[in-house]
Amino acid sequence: MTRTVVITGFGAFTPLGADAPSTWEAMLAGRSGVHALRQSWAAELPVTFAAETSDPVEHLDRVTARRLDRSSQLAMVAGMEAWADAGFGLGADNPTDPDRTLVSVGTGIGGLHSLLGNWDTQKEKGLRRVSPLTIPMLMANAPAANLGLLVGAAAAVHAPVSACASSNEAISLAYDQIQLDRCDIALAGGTEGVIHPLPLNAFAQMQALSRRNDSPETASRPWDVDRDGFVLGEGAALMVLETLESALARGAKIYGTLVGAGISNDNHDIVQPEPSGRGQSQAMIKALKASGLAPRDIVHVNAHGTSTPQGDVTEAGSIATALGSAVDGVVVTSTKSMTGHLLGGAGALETFATVMALRDRVVPPTINIENLEPGLPVDIAVNATRTLGEGDLAALNNSFGFGGSNVAVAVTNQNVTA
Amino acid sequence: MASTEEIRTDLAEIVNDIAGVAAEDVQLDKSFVDDLGVDSLSMVEIIYACEDKFGVSIPDEDAKNLKTVGDAVAYIERAQN
Repeated sequence: MTRTVVITGFGAFTPLGADAPSTWEAMLAGRSGVHALRQSWAAELPVTFAAETSDPVEHLDRVTARRLDRSSQLAMVAGMEAWADAGFGLGADNPTDPDRTLVSVGTGIGGLHSLLGNWDTQKEKGLRRVSPLTIPMLMANAPAANLGLLVGAAAAVHAPVSACASSNEAISLAYDQIQLDRCDIALAGGTEGVIHPLPLNAFAQMQALSRRNDSPETASRPWDVDRDGFVLGEGAALMVLETLESALARGAKIYGTLVGAGISNDNHDIVQPEPSGRGQSQAMIKALKASGLAPRDIVHVNAHGTSTPQGDVTEAGSIATALGSAVDGVVVTSTKSMTGHLLGGAGALETFATVMALRDRVVPPTINIENLEPGLPVDIAVNATRTLGEGDLAALNNSFGFGGSNVAVAVTNQNVTA
Repeated sequence: MASTEEIRTDLAEIVNDIAGVAAEDVQLDKSFVDDLGVDSLSMVEIIYACEDKFGVSIPDEDAKNLKTVGDAVAYIERAQN
């Protein structure tokens, strides 16, 4: 029996806004969340900008905040928003059955600030000054575990780690667990909070980052001929998934329907995408098959589109391969042009954008394209929003990660009430 | 040397800062775990913060015997003298 899985709550704490509505509004307005870093350590780095959020601590009580790494702080703020947006309370006001509630939240790296901060403390101030909270703060399942405690998830708490595909994998896993009747409600998504001199420098050393230090807000420019790498971003996006039956029974608003996902691995290289895009296409083809969609049903693809020289072209080709002749009329965009790359938070943020695009029938732009890469086999939403047609709409959201992971999530505007 | 009440007041600030317990609840007869709800990791943080604040050393084997606020205040008073 296939269960219908709908999305009834969204939360987002991103470089574009402190909640989901403001993030979506900024995406449609084509605003950049990228800026020069003001931290004193930034000046000496090869890359001096990133896409930062505002301070999540302002949205948490002090004791909670000090026990959480930044990656968990970001996830908690977005998770609280998503849970409340779905109409659920917390503690005594939480109506959900713990044994039927699951959390699945990915991160690419984990509690990096806690790990490196306490190592600095140990070296500089001695062994006994290391926080006893270091391990529960740095572990990669900390965001998921803290959200599990928040919403009372006793069915399971999962924390998939597949670099920049982590949160799409988390959404896919939550969907599967609902299908397997292991839960009725899932809080799913991802987070990343690693704007710190070590990963910034390390990504720069591997030539992965844009070095457009003189113009940070135009640095993320997927499919522009002068793109030169991705922009590191931070933030979190969470969503409440539940069975249609559960949502209808309680009269919840519905943003859209999660109809399936496809996962593959390039089996090629630890960081480079396989040049033919076969693995990426396979993820999209599997997502279509799992969701019972035909290529002609797809009107929109929110691409991984990180603004790297090879990756953007490979992905455009893999989308065309997966959709065949149906790629004509499909609007492709990369919201990373505005948000930067949230790594483990990217898939969830972009699934949010994909669902909202279908609901509102408008695709956010890919900003900063001065000269579009010639010969692309897909139609890019260059610098402006695109309106989608009437009727039933379906879309894909791609996420690809170091390690070769490819995850495509398929959504539709069926059952929308919100 | 600081008085018992001065030490208790400073300790109450530490417990409030680390565990979020209202400072006025941090009284000598209160158990950190059973009355104030301080968990084991926060207790370790409180001990380290006391070492900094009061300039004393509290070895782990002594720390585990500090069950109440009064135990901690008395230990700090002795260690300062």
